[in-house]
Amino acid sequence: MENRYLRNIPALSEQECLLLQNKRVAVVGCGGIGGYLIELLSRLGVGYMKAIDPDVFDESNLNRQLLLEQSLIGYPKAKAAQERVQRINSHIKVEPIIAALDANNASTLIADCDLALDGLDSIPARRILAAACTETHIPYVYGAISGWVAQAAVSMPGDNFLDALYPPDVTIRDKSVLSFTPAFCASMQVALGVKLLTGRPIKSGVLYYCDLLNQEFETIPLTV
Amino acid sequence: MIEVRLFATLRQGREKIIMLESETVSTVGDILRKLDIPTEEVSILLVNGFHKKTETPVQDGDIVALFPPVGGG
Repeated sequence: MENRYLRNIPALSEQECLLLQNKRVAVVGCGGIGGYLIELLSRLGVGYMKAIDPDVFDESNLNRQLLLEQSLIGYPKAKAAQERVQRINSHIKVEPIIAALDANNASTLIADCDLALDGLDSIPARRILAAACTETHIPYVYGAISGWVAQAAVSMPGDNFLDALYPPDVTIRDKSVLSFTPAFCASMQVALGVKLLTGRPIKSGVLYYCDLLNQEFETIPLTV
Repeated sequence: MIEVRLFATLRQGREKIIMLESETVSTVGDILRKLDIPTEEVSILLVNGFHKKTETPVQDGDIVALFPPVGGG
């Protein structure tokens, strides 16, 4: 075992660490949540990541996006993801995709991955990702944030989890996000993702809701 | 009585827990109207811990939990 992974053990077995080095994960969205997803996956040593994001950084991202430094305003987020991982762990391959996931490209983009992690910032985009995961039979770890609240869940192909969670005409009013909310959300998602990737037992269709303002944590079974 | 628990931003301008006379509401949708909460501002509706819809009937002793949509990233 390489020294860089020593402190992963025994929380993960040596075999699980090696397994992660051979896994491929699509990180869809490289902003608030996505930046932390990429950081956490790279520290764990997940061998391949596809970092998908069409956007460049702007100043309003500075309050929460880990991959952003002031000098990177205007720089593509997916490219920043690749470069940060190379500085952390050059054994990991990151493929930056500077494009939005849409109904035409989504399945092709994620088809060669073992898992998709959600760093998206809109419900329509999440529906596209979930549909592609169903089509390609890839599990999906959902995550979303607003203000002080983070929520995460595992969705298995075809479980229609997002339809249960979001009624068709739902409207999001609070567009604020604080620095710690995406970090917390990504931590939940990556913990769930590691369990999926290493074959540990996991519940799907259950929403983990965390209100960091009131320290309230709820486990919500969503009828699908 | 029906106990209504509000989460996150749904508490703004309202109490965290609201007790309603069961005679005054017959569905979850009635509760939303009574509390002046637009349907599109609710993502998860739980009745006694199970995810339900606005047309789900409610009765004395029920606990209803309402969560706003969370969708940023």
